[in-house]
Amino acid sequence: MELGAKVVPFAGWEMPVSYEGILEEHAAVRTHAGMFDVSHMGEVEVEGPGALEFLQLALSNDVAAIELGGAQYSCLCNEAGGVIDDLFAYRLGGDRYLLVTNSANHDTDLAWLGRWSRGHDVAVRDVADRYAMLAVQGPHARAIVSATLGIELPPRMRVAVVRVGRRPALACGTGYTGEDGVELLIEPEVAPAVWAELLDAGVVPCGLGARDTLRLEVCFHLHGQDLTPERNPIEAGLGWCCVERTGFLGSGEIARVRAEGPAEKLAPFKIEGAGIPRQGNPVLAGGDPAGEVTSGTFSPSLEIGIGMAYVRPDLAEPGTGVEIDVRGKRRPARIASKPLYRRS
Amino acid sequence: MAEASYPDELIYHAEHDWARIEGEQATFGITWYAQDSLGEVVFFDPPEVGTATSKDESYAEVESVKAVSDVIAPLSGEVVEVNEALADAPERINEDPYGEGWLVKVKLSDPGEAEGLLSAADYRNLLDS
Repeated sequence: MELGAKVVPFAGWEMPVSYEGILEEHAAVRTHAGMFDVSHMGEVEVEGPGALEFLQLALSNDVAAIELGGAQYSCLCNEAGGVIDDLFAYRLGGDRYLLVTNSANHDTDLAWLGRWSRGHDVAVRDVADRYAMLAVQGPHARAIVSATLGIELPPRMRVAVVRVGRRPALACGTGYTGEDGVELLIEPEVAPAVWAELLDAGVVPCGLGARDTLRLEVCFHLHGQDLTPERNPIEAGLGWCCVERTGFLGSGEIARVRAEGPAEKLAPFKIEGAGIPRQGNPVLAGGDPAGEVTSGTFSPSLEIGIGMAYVRPDLAEPGTGVEIDVRGKRRPARIASKPLYRRS
Repeated sequence: MAEASYPDELIYHAEHDWARIEGEQATFGITWYAQDSLGEVVFFDPPEVGTATSKDESYAEVESVKAVSDVIAPLSGEVVEVNEALADAPERINEDPYGEGWLVKVKLSDPGEAEGLLSAADYRNLLDS
């Protein structure tokens, strides 16, 4: 057998795939509270009188719409409209923003931001070493974090400066699981103690495995799979976070694709019956190649195989029947609407 | 999940499979080490009854949330029964890999092949090496 280790190298980090089991961890986040050590995520601070103007150029969303203490999802696009990374931007001060990047893209993002910041009155700083990141997610996550750490948490899509372990920290009302919860950006020195306190309070430690099943059930993109520099946000279904009138890098091409329609669309699907789709599996329509799976897994909540695939636009309509070629076996599947899982 | 164990009455294939020989037939399954490495099994894709198995070749797939694995036949023969209960309860492969988590029963075509498999002690040594 080809055997998978439970700890895997991930962008230079040793990451736990699971602690007690992916199914158990997944269920804890859907019904109670789970925590993920996502310290591998990168952080970039953008500060200066020209910060807004620069970020309007670099990010796809309308950065001017972020209020003080607000959070916003955005794509970082190249000039051709391809997605270099997807990230959250938090407005920490009048002209001070924090970007949380994907670890595998952090260095690329920094170089890109550094290059385009020239001529703007702004400083771009790599502050990844300054933060450990703990995502605490689930219907009971907020209450437990608030009571255990004695802090008041910001509402969804807001960020607040708090004190954790007598040290300044950021509490963000964001996440990657489809559940309510917070992401804590804390000093690395206090992270082990915070983890231990939350563990004592009944928060279930979760690994990368559950993080992937949780995000895919609610159709959140994973950069490197569902998003790449060769794909634009319109194809990926992220037109909602692109505001072309700001003139961001790639906005011309993105406006064109939006007007003309993309060549392919990222569509969520459910397998009907047996089979678990995996990244790279071909999608077939009428027996002919019609796309490729970019993310696939077993959905612990739905107890079926689910995934997302880039397919021809005419096939991307919910309800369309397709087949997924899973290791040589054709598994019937149906294109679905987002999210694939919704709390009943 | 069950504690690590490798029953003495079984014979083992280095690809982490076991066989229990009962006359001309044998029952196949995966070892404790295999199920532990794979994690929670969520899907068993069995062969059809009547399919031939060849020693050292894949005859089925077991899948956990994260990974899919080929299951290697420890012996050659013809599948005469598959564990239908695994369709609804694949977790039995984790909970009881040598009991309720058995995969298939096979009518052996070359019982002499068993000479080439490992004893429980040999298999444990392989895992420790």
